[in-house]
Amino acid sequence: MEYELVCGLETHVELATKTKIFCSCTTEFGGEPNTHCCPVCIGLPGTLPKLNQSVVEFAVMAGLATDCAISPISKMDRKNYVYPDLPKAYQISQYDRPLCKNGYVELSDGRKIRLTRIHIEEDAGKLVHQRGNTLVDYNRSGVPLIEIVSEPDIRSIEEAVEYVEKLQMIMRYIGVSDCRMQEGSLRCDVNISVRPKGSEKLGTRTEIKNMNSISHMMKAMEYERDRQIDLLESGESVLQETRRYNEGTGCTEGMRGKEDAHDYRYFRDPDLVTIRVTSDTVAKLKAQMPEDPRTRLKRFESEYGLPEDDARMLIEHRRIADYFEKASAGIKNTRAVANCITGPIFARLGSEAAKDDFKVNVSPENLNALIKLLDSGKIRMNLVKSTLEKMLDTGKSASEFLNEKDLAGIDAETLQKICKQAVQDNPNAVKDYRNGKTKALKAVLGAVMKATRGRANPLETEAILSEIMKKAD
Amino acid sequence: MGKYGKIAQIHNQLISGKISCVELTKAYLNAIEQNNEALNAYVKITPDTALETAKRVDAKIASGGELAPLEGIPMTLKDNISTKDIETTCCSKMLKGYVPIYDATVWKLLKQQNAVLLGKTNMDEFAMGSTCENSCFGGAKNPHDLGRVAGGSSGGVASAVGGNLAVYGLGSDTGGSIREPASFCGIVGFKPTYGSVSRYGLIAFASSFDQIGPITQSVEDAALIYDTIAQYDPMDSTNSGKKGPVTAQLNKDIRGLKIGIAPEYFDNIQSDVGDTVKKALDVFRSLGAEIVEFNMPSLKYCLPVYYILACAEASSNLGRYDGIRYGYQTAHYSDRDEMVCKTRSEGFGPEVKRRILLGTYVLSAGYYDAYYKKAQNLRGMLVKAFDDAFLQCDLILSPTVPRTALPLNYSADDPVENYQTDICTVPVNIAGLPGISVPCGAGNDGMPVGMQLIGPKFSEATLLNAANQYELASRESCFQAVKMGVE
Repeated sequence: MEYELVCGLETHVELATKTKIFCSCTTEFGGEPNTHCCPVCIGLPGTLPKLNQSVVEFAVMAGLATDCAISPISKMDRKNYVYPDLPKAYQISQYDRPLCKNGYVELSDGRKIRLTRIHIEEDAGKLVHQRGNTLVDYNRSGVPLIEIVSEPDIRSIEEAVEYVEKLQMIMRYIGVSDCRMQEGSLRCDVNISVRPKGSEKLGTRTEIKNMNSISHMMKAMEYERDRQIDLLESGESVLQETRRYNEGTGCTEGMRGKEDAHDYRYFRDPDLVTIRVTSDTVAKLKAQMPEDPRTRLKRFESEYGLPEDDARMLIEHRRIADYFEKASAGIKNTRAVANCITGPIFARLGSEAAKDDFKVNVSPENLNALIKLLDSGKIRMNLVKSTLEKMLDTGKSASEFLNEKDLAGIDAETLQKICKQAVQDNPNAVKDYRNGKTKALKAVLGAVMKATRGRANPLETEAILSEIMKKAD
Repeated sequence: MGKYGKIAQIHNQLISGKISCVELTKAYLNAIEQNNEALNAYVKITPDTALETAKRVDAKIASGGELAPLEGIPMTLKDNISTKDIETTCCSKMLKGYVPIYDATVWKLLKQQNAVLLGKTNMDEFAMGSTCENSCFGGAKNPHDLGRVAGGSSGGVASAVGGNLAVYGLGSDTGGSIREPASFCGIVGFKPTYGSVSRYGLIAFASSFDQIGPITQSVEDAALIYDTIAQYDPMDSTNSGKKGPVTAQLNKDIRGLKIGIAPEYFDNIQSDVGDTVKKALDVFRSLGAEIVEFNMPSLKYCLPVYYILACAEASSNLGRYDGIRYGYQTAHYSDRDEMVCKTRSEGFGPEVKRRILLGTYVLSAGYYDAYYKKAQNLRGMLVKAFDDAFLQCDLILSPTVPRTALPLNYSADDPVENYQTDICTVPVNIAGLPGISVPCGAGNDGMPVGMQLIGPKFSEATLLNAANQYELASRESCFQAVKMGVE
């Protein structure tokens, strides 16, 4: 029988606010254990939380970027459970009134993965196992998170991956998170089930907790899908349970069944007041939000005349897209700008994280100046590329590497002379040309280019050459 | 009243040089030394910091500095108010040895005024109880009769202030924990409007009910303290500070003031207590106030609503005591789960455990709707009932406690019977209202009886003025003065 995968994701995204959700400690990643802490985030007796307004704003922006409805009124609840990394024995989260509801993320084939909700909550600390001891580091305790819950709309592993990558792109774009899975600033729980293809009924699902990389997520989903299919094929049923992925064995393992599910005893946190988001606030945030990636992609195609693939590469990271727009100011040949970025510059970046940081020692102004020389016909593309490499090596501007000769364009009279000489020097090519082999002109053009060290404008030169070659004798 | 009188009088004696702050402080420290063994009011005495502060105040007086109203006045704090570098235990084995690294906002405000902290006072463990006998240090005794309880949960503060071992103290009131012991000990206990005094640093019992307030020997003192501690505090999201200072509003004519009486408040009240409280109505009439009667049938829901909601919040608030970071940790265990389990079993007393279990139960899946949610809805209804009542009157008068102070170790087998002690005090906490207990006479046993005045939210000026007018008019009818401490 053919089976279909059905999957929904719960994605935790750490927000990039400067301070924690309920106190003014820094959210910076790392640091000596227990140095980014205060009485509030280590839950000392008598302390009270105070909601950081920028957490609400960031979460609203995340909601707006995924077409969610923003709740004008929401509240914070306590999720009670005992674990050493949770110093108050409850996590402050949102239960029945999340900040954002009913959004979606659009995949490249146009399919929409619906979002049930986005809510805000606090992160827990971290257990560190060391020489037989378990220690607790509360630096992460109280770092703000949003949890993005999707509907079970995902139908393949590839879609799951694309969904996560889209979320990463969107959240980075609007600047609410760096979404780095390896640093734990984006983590996923995968709800997965299978059903006979064509069936409308959902199968029994399992939940795989805490996926911290795309590749683990893919392997875990593949294993879990096959495990469930094998169970069904052999006439057994899937147990509703929470599972973990074992990186060593590549298998998922049962953690706890439905009957051992936590009773979190949710209730409204009496220490915090109702969260009100006015339509004015939403409008203000909307106005200051950067253009979303979808709109920007369309604009890059129409405004800059870029092919879709180039545009897509540029808009994926906001800093790169911003850089491109700055470097393209007043430029005619914007594709050249794009090629400089996706070619030599990307070659020096490598990882996605490096692309996201986008630390390049050529300023967009310097790249702009370089391409302006191309626009005005003073230099050719090959010289642009080699000059850009030198600029990337040193951080200096183009003028440092181009001498007067390079920049001295060729006047019409000189070009005419050189062209005439080239035609004289290549009688065979001229003959071929006259016999209808138009390609023969390229050979003569090459000679002109060589003679001018690439400074001649090829289109202009071609016109001159064809004129001369048609007329000659 | 203590030997040196009200706070304003002590203040005048200090600035006139009639007594130095060090002398005053030493008088109280000596009294504590002599009487605390009998009263068990203080669980920690801080003579060094007290004298240090007193010296600072004397130096300030000597250099002609101006004293703030509470500057140099010897006082105490209930042991659930966090004091930096001074052990704060909630009178629980669980927190023995716990030394806070920060000050509660109320203590910060008083410290800025050079309040002289004599020590921390006894209470029912985590403020759960109405006798003070649920303290891991044993209960505080009643200064009027050492064979009786001081009340609770702020029993230590009431015992200390009533026994002249402090000029005033701060307690906390979740279901009557300031007003009830004040009533038992024949002094004034004032629970301000929820949200007017910061809870930051008050070790939580039930967050939506807890409120810090003063226990004093006069209404005037209570007003003075309220003016100092009711300040807006950004650290407490539920706090908004006070509407305005009240001390200057204490001498207003109360002619035409409408005092409401609901017969339901007098159901199940010991008859001598009920009669004594009703006598207060004559005093109010003589002052020109008008008495209005109406029914409040929904009051009967208060006790179950309070115990369901307060226990639910407590079960969550007390989850953090797991022996990992601070406080008590069991000596022997084989793994983490066992450590947490044994620590909590050994560290908490029986009443605290009972309330944690009760609170966990009412929040559990399958029971939430029947208990927690229903109680929450009823809470809304009770708030409305008080709103309606205050359309008919300015203040409500009731007994504070259905009886006078209980004998020591008098505890019913049925905990629900013990909870009945709170029947008149919990409605105020449910609705977040201000309430004050003022002595109004003695019962047949000669023990003090307190009457309770209740006002709408943030009506402190009206409430304290009426209480003060009553106090000034009714001095004679009071019980015998305490003969101990600084008297």
